[in-house]
Amino acid sequence: MDSKMVNLTINGKAVSVPANSTILDAARALNIKIPTLCHCDKIGGCGISNNPASCRICVVEVENRRNLAPSCATPVMEGMKVHTNSRRALNARRTILELLLSDHPQTCMTCAKNQNCELQELAAEFGIEEIKYLGERNRFKPDASSEAIRRDLSKCIMCRRCETVCNKIQTVGALTGYGRGFSAKVGTANLIPLAESNCTFCGQCVNVCPVGAITGISYVKKVWDAINDPAKTVVVQTAPAVRVAIGQEFGFEPGAPVTGKLAAGLRALGFDKVFDTNFSADLTIMEEGHEIVERIKANKKLPILTSCCPGWINFIEHNFPDLLHIPSSCKSPQQMFGAIAKSYYAEKIGVAPKDLVVVSIMPCQAKKYEAARPEFAKDGVRDVDYVVTTRELCKMFKEAGVNLANLEDDVFDNPLGESSGAADIFGVTGGVLEAACRSVYFMLNGKNLEGDAINFRAVRGLDGIKEASVEITPGKSIRVAVCSGLGNARKVLEMVREDPNRFQAIEIMACPGGCINGGGQPFLHGDSALLEKRMKGLYTEDERKVLRFSHENKDIQKLYAEFLGEVGGEKAHHLLHTEYHSK
Amino acid sequence: MCCQQMSEAAKAKFAELDRFIDTLNIDRKNERRRGWLIRSLHRAQAIFGYLPREVQQHVAKRLFLSEAQVSGVVSFYNYFTTKPKGKYCIDICLGTACYVKGSQNILAEIERMLGVKADTEPTADGLFSISALRCVGACGLAPVMIVNGKVYGKLTVAKAIEIINEYKKQG
Repeated sequence: MDSKMVNLTINGKAVSVPANSTILDAARALNIKIPTLCHCDKIGGCGISNNPASCRICVVEVENRRNLAPSCATPVMEGMKVHTNSRRALNARRTILELLLSDHPQTCMTCAKNQNCELQELAAEFGIEEIKYLGERNRFKPDASSEAIRRDLSKCIMCRRCETVCNKIQTVGALTGYGRGFSAKVGTANLIPLAESNCTFCGQCVNVCPVGAITGISYVKKVWDAINDPAKTVVVQTAPAVRVAIGQEFGFEPGAPVTGKLAAGLRALGFDKVFDTNFSADLTIMEEGHEIVERIKANKKLPILTSCCPGWINFIEHNFPDLLHIPSSCKSPQQMFGAIAKSYYAEKIGVAPKDLVVVSIMPCQAKKYEAARPEFAKDGVRDVDYVVTTRELCKMFKEAGVNLANLEDDVFDNPLGESSGAADIFGVTGGVLEAACRSVYFMLNGKNLEGDAINFRAVRGLDGIKEASVEITPGKSIRVAVCSGLGNARKVLEMVREDPNRFQAIEIMACPGGCINGGGQPFLHGDSALLEKRMKGLYTEDERKVLRFSHENKDIQKLYAEFLGEVGGEKAHHLLHTEYHSK
Repeated sequence: MCCQQMSEAAKAKFAELDRFIDTLNIDRKNERRRGWLIRSLHRAQAIFGYLPREVQQHVAKRLFLSEAQVSGVVSFYNYFTTKPKGKYCIDICLGTACYVKGSQNILAEIERMLGVKADTEPTADGLFSISALRCVGACGLAPVMIVNGKVYGKLTVAKAIEIINEYKKQG
């Protein structure tokens, strides 16, 4: 075991840290703040750090060392004497910051990252009041070619966090350092537009960008237009992971579910009906559970892979064309909701699908891409019209003066608002499979699991890859895997290529930890403990519900009885299933 | 890549590149497989003359790397080019010694005469392309020009033009 400790002093205070620490780690152990910009611990909520030491904002003075040391990348040494706030270090940091700002547009007020920008925060902390250096500036045309992610490289500070998250964590490989010297930039292969690249739109790069160089494409204005258009009936659905993340922006305990407040807030914004993606998550379980049962009985097309996550679907379409027959053919809950809203619900209320606007509140950037896929539209009318992320919804609330903290709890509307606890846990890694297992057990045995057996603890937790055996019928188990983060998905899919019989069912989510860490969620700002809290919030929400099984959702049963017919039947297939294409 | 549209010549080039990459025994699970990238790109450029997107994609696929990674490396090194070069590559040294001895004038004159700028497209007839180099290490011969590897030293503008015209005649 490498437990060797190293002693050093920082600003005259003695500290003892493990030998593989950096000066920055040691300073943090002493609660001494050193500013950082390119450095990012546990990037994307994973164990991987971004450490290019490229921005130099964290330089410190080390006695008997000629030059200043970047504290994020300098290992500690026995007897080292470090000064983090000497005149020389502070002057250097100021110069570095001013040079960074000299090649950065001063458009903070109109930037999507206003008040959420690490560069802006540093400028405030350093009391920068003028840009001293007037040098050459990089100017780039923003890339808004995709439906989901916008890149504006004129704001990029070359911290390369996006590149790390894209290549090392997600193994998507859409981004690279391109060129050299002053004109170096982070770009796609041969600088092709993002929409034409192998980007999956998972949005993890959006989450880690310290500035406004990578942001989501916003449809907020179009949503306001729809709400204010008397000819339109506007309904909204909200994903499970939103309710445990949005609270932190309104002073609630991070991770605490604020479902009732969220429903009230959405109503206050003027949506005609406030529905829940949880409803269609239960619907997904009916269809996907049925599919799992059929495939296991026939011992065909196994392992079955979950298909709720559009980032992950993009990933398999780009990287594993040979495996496209094994994901479940079920649409995601967002798209199932859209399809049911524009058929069943539109009929029920007597509104033409083109006059019914479906807005979804999602923790995700890839959902914007998914909603725009041509197969999810009928006669030019999209099933889901606009996607708004959790962060964008916060802005809508703030713009409209709606403070969730001041609202009374409200409930979702019928008939697309009722849900089971099994639907809540869709927002966290392991949840979809657990929800499916609860119903698969019922479908196979004609009775429910009882007591604590409904909690499939083996598939819970934030580990990137979980393998387990789950009992789906007394005495019969299947091997399952649950993974989150596309790098882990790649590993699991390679296992499947090598041994197709190793697993019978696999759940995959693109973002590390699942939707609670989605590309549209309130920023973690390096605090990965927030993910743990959001996860707990979802399991609390599940346990609080009387209804724990998707197949017991009365409104789902009614939907089948009144409209869809058989589970897995022809009409259900037509409306709720899809197919995948190699890219 | 669509094989039906590919000419026999291009197919042969890809086959030659493949034969080279085969000798590397790339293991998709080996994290250090990136180490073969530059060598493979060198070979690819030697075969194709340049590294268009299709060639980069091919190298990426064979080395189990992303196209972006390959493109990033190609964009970093001056040696690699994504544009075709002319039959004759004229390299003009702009290192300190050559520069002092007037190589900038030689470059300007050749650019004017051929109607193309250095480090851009080749001439319309595909015969010439011009590159500006930093020191080639032959300062004693300054100013220096290299055509397809052949070094011409102690040049004047007039001599340089004469040499280019000679190549033009050969076609």
